[in-house]
Amino acid sequence: MTLELFLQHLANGISLGSLYALIAIGYTMVYGILRLINFAHGDIFMMAVYFAFFGFVTFGMPWYVSFIVAIALTGILGITVETLAYRPIREAPRISILISSIGASYLLENLAIVIFGGRPKTFPQIAMFTDMVQIGNVHIQKLSFLIPVITLALLFVLMYLINKTKSGMAMRAVSKDFETAKIMGVDVNRTISFTFGLGSLLAAVGGIMWGLKFPSILPLMGVMPGIKCFIAAVIGGIGNTMGAVIGGFILGIGEILLVAFLPALSGYRDAFSFILLILILLFKPTGIMGEKISEKV
Amino acid sequence: MKKNTIYTIAAIFILFILVFIANNTLDSYILRILNLCAIYTVLGLSMNLINGFTGLFSLGHAGFMAVGAYVTALLTMPVAVKQMNFFLKPIIPFLENIVWPFLPSLIFAGIISAIIAFLVGAPVLRLKGDYLAIATLGFGEIIRVVFTNTQSITNGALGLKSIPTTTNLWWSFGTAVFTIFIMVSLINSSYGRAFKSIREDEVAAESMGISLFKHKVLSFAIGAFFAGIGGGLLGNLIGAIDPLMFRFTMTYNILLIIVLGGMGSVTGTVISAFIVTISQEVLRFLDEAMIPGVPALPGLRMVVFSILLMAVVLFFRHGLMGTREFSWDKLRIFLKKPLAKGGNK
Amino acid sequence: MMNVLKTDNITMQFGGLTAVKEFNLELNKGEIVALIGPNGAGKTTAFNMITGVYTPTKGKVLLNKKVTVEEKETYEQKDITGLRPDQITGLGIARTFQNIRLFKDLSVLDNVLIANHLRIKSNVFEAIFKLPRYKREEKQIVEKSMSLLENVGLAEHKDEKSSSLPYGQQRRLEIARALATDPQILLLDEPAAGMNPKESDDLTVFIKKIRDEFDLTVFLIEHHMQVVMGISDRIYVLDYGVTIAKGNPYEIQNNQRVIEAYLGVDEDA
Repeated sequence: MTLELFLQHLANGISLGSLYALIAIGYTMVYGILRLINFAHGDIFMMAVYFAFFGFVTFGMPWYVSFIVAIALTGILGITVETLAYRPIREAPRISILISSIGASYLLENLAIVIFGGRPKTFPQIAMFTDMVQIGNVHIQKLSFLIPVITLALLFVLMYLINKTKSGMAMRAVSKDFETAKIMGVDVNRTISFTFGLGSLLAAVGGIMWGLKFPSILPLMGVMPGIKCFIAAVIGGIGNTMGAVIGGFILGIGEILLVAFLPALSGYRDAFSFILLILILLFKPTGIMGEKISEKV
Repeated sequence: MKKNTIYTIAAIFILFILVFIANNTLDSYILRILNLCAIYTVLGLSMNLINGFTGLFSLGHAGFMAVGAYVTALLTMPVAVKQMNFFLKPIIPFLENIVWPFLPSLIFAGIISAIIAFLVGAPVLRLKGDYLAIATLGFGEIIRVVFTNTQSITNGALGLKSIPTTTNLWWSFGTAVFTIFIMVSLINSSYGRAFKSIREDEVAAESMGISLFKHKVLSFAIGAFFAGIGGGLLGNLIGAIDPLMFRFTMTYNILLIIVLGGMGSVTGTVISAFIVTISQEVLRFLDEAMIPGVPALPGLRMVVFSILLMAVVLFFRHGLMGTREFSWDKLRIFLKKPLAKGGNK
Repeated sequence: MMNVLKTDNITMQFGGLTAVKEFNLELNKGEIVALIGPNGAGKTTAFNMITGVYTPTKGKVLLNKKVTVEEKETYEQKDITGLRPDQITGLGIARTFQNIRLFKDLSVLDNVLIANHLRIKSNVFEAIFKLPRYKREEKQIVEKSMSLLENVGLAEHKDEKSSSLPYGQQRRLEIARALATDPQILLLDEPAAGMNPKESDDLTVFIKKIRDEFDLTVFLIEHHMQVVMGISDRIYVLDYGVTIAKGNPYEIQNNQRVIEAYLGVDEDA
């Protein structure tokens, strides 16, 4: 393993970690507010990629326009899913909500197969992002710098939103205590929609950068990342935004390093996340940043 | 002997006659569908025991099916077929020369699945709700990934082909009937009540002396046993299996069946397994070109099913039967009703 | 006075909050002992520590269990601190819940039958294939459960969904269910909650009756002072997790600290 190769792998790991982090945030925010695993989140991420693809390829919009439109559409999609699949059954038993979540995910996947076709498409390669730069002996894609930078910038904005704005405070209130927030005059429905929208927007940005980095896109491309990012959120402490980011990076960097150092085990790269998950659930179920919640009997 | 027992025996007798006739008259396409109906009945009941009756969010069912399918296939495949399959990397010698008849293979497959369930369940069943769901999903995937990478045992991603197609209507319906009896007997026993109490209120159940861990693992293992047998029947029906068959999609299909039928009902699962399997075939036309000039929309069938599942979850949460069950008494009451209302019969 | 249960300075801390501090309880055979105190005083937490729902942060719970050794009945002390609830129930301590935790979707009879499960010796195979030992045991527990239901006057509702019963009957069902576990000690968490004076009187009579009939020791949490004073041999008073008084009803009624803690709250006034 040469230094150049290692740095390449590290860069990949950081990029992957950033992408996982962006998607994981959506999971953790929704779980924090509704105690719900949004199985459809990975598919919303997938939709963003396709939206961007169609904007650019079919409608011929310049990339910055198609990206912005895709991100906006994805945000709206996220809010729509909440309104149709989760809001009507908010009071139902947990298992019904879980099944609805799985159902929504499945529906989006099958719709994508029907509308976009099952065969892989190639996401546009935009020179500004996908060109390589050379630093010494190391060749790294411009994207590998852009992804972490954009991710960090978004995180900054997100932290500001959550901690310094009224909407953010509403989000935090609802996730601490649903009923009390309602009584205190917080528009719970609006807050929940906002949360879903925000998570979806972040996933959309992640999706577009994912498409640039891994140009082969498929309707089921959101399944694995979706599960892995939920795992990342759990590892970091579900409900905790910082935790989701940490979890995302652990998973992303870990996965790449596994493949790099143990190429014989690369077939197990997907299993890596699951094994980490099981370990965390067994030894520290509240995650790295999580707090223990006791049930009142 | 009680009247109801006589009715049940008579019904089974009639069923066997029907199976005999069907086997000898129907064409293979319809036979295949009927076999699938029966197999999905077994699979549905196995998952319903865990998710519906005990209330555990288990999403790893496909993993147990995979274990069952592979064990059965490897045990029933003749030596020559095995050698043909394992061309990339030879099968481990221990497995190469073992060839068993169908019944012991199925039972062994079920037992292995149950053992795996016990090993998985021991750490994982301590988790609650959503965490259990994700953990079991994770294990299902881990099993699948392991199967994809153990070239010399499972033939990896290539899968197994030319599995002896020993499953026929007698096997599938016979197993289905057996499974129904076991499930009904279990559910109505003290252990079945213990499972239901865990679903209703874990804290109260524990305080009434029910060991949560012991009973959750028990339910999990019994469910896995039947899932393994179902998987074995499936593999030896289709004749070919590979790890991709046992993705989460498979678990999802069975989840669809038990939700539609009513998660607390054996009757519901049986009816639903038939309805869903048959509909999925009947609705295949949705995937083809319907209106001349309009191109085919492959995948439309699954979209329809997804919408169906959403509709049931949103509007008919209790599915077809809720927690109600069939019984001869209820049938009698139902049939008597129009006559009792002052009819002139 | 034969001691059946003793707690040794049990303390429950949740992070920085001490819900119960150094609680020392003594229950003697056949007694009816009450635990009172303002809301949030830690009473249910004390219950939960005894029944295994919580493990005390400090201290011990000691059960004096009746055992039969060589055909003689003696008592054996057992440290039950930190055992699981099902284990503790198996040892003879049963409870009801403040917010009634019946198995809502299951029938009245099923609720009681379930509480018999822990005493069943047959394994799951015997149960599935209806082997003779299981059939015998099933018959016994059905008879026992029906007789318990008759005792509480619910036998005619045996096939109804338990959640369809009126509130007062649900409380009685919960008690019948707890009795089905063959307890030596019965813990009742606010059994009179939501009852009018007549119902409370009936409950008082009922508790004494089952205490005698089933040879129990009863420990109850209650806010209805009428019930507490009418039924208890001894009373413990908790306030903010601390035991501020203990004694017989007369002593407690005249205890200044108790009166202050409560500000004279009497539910039936």
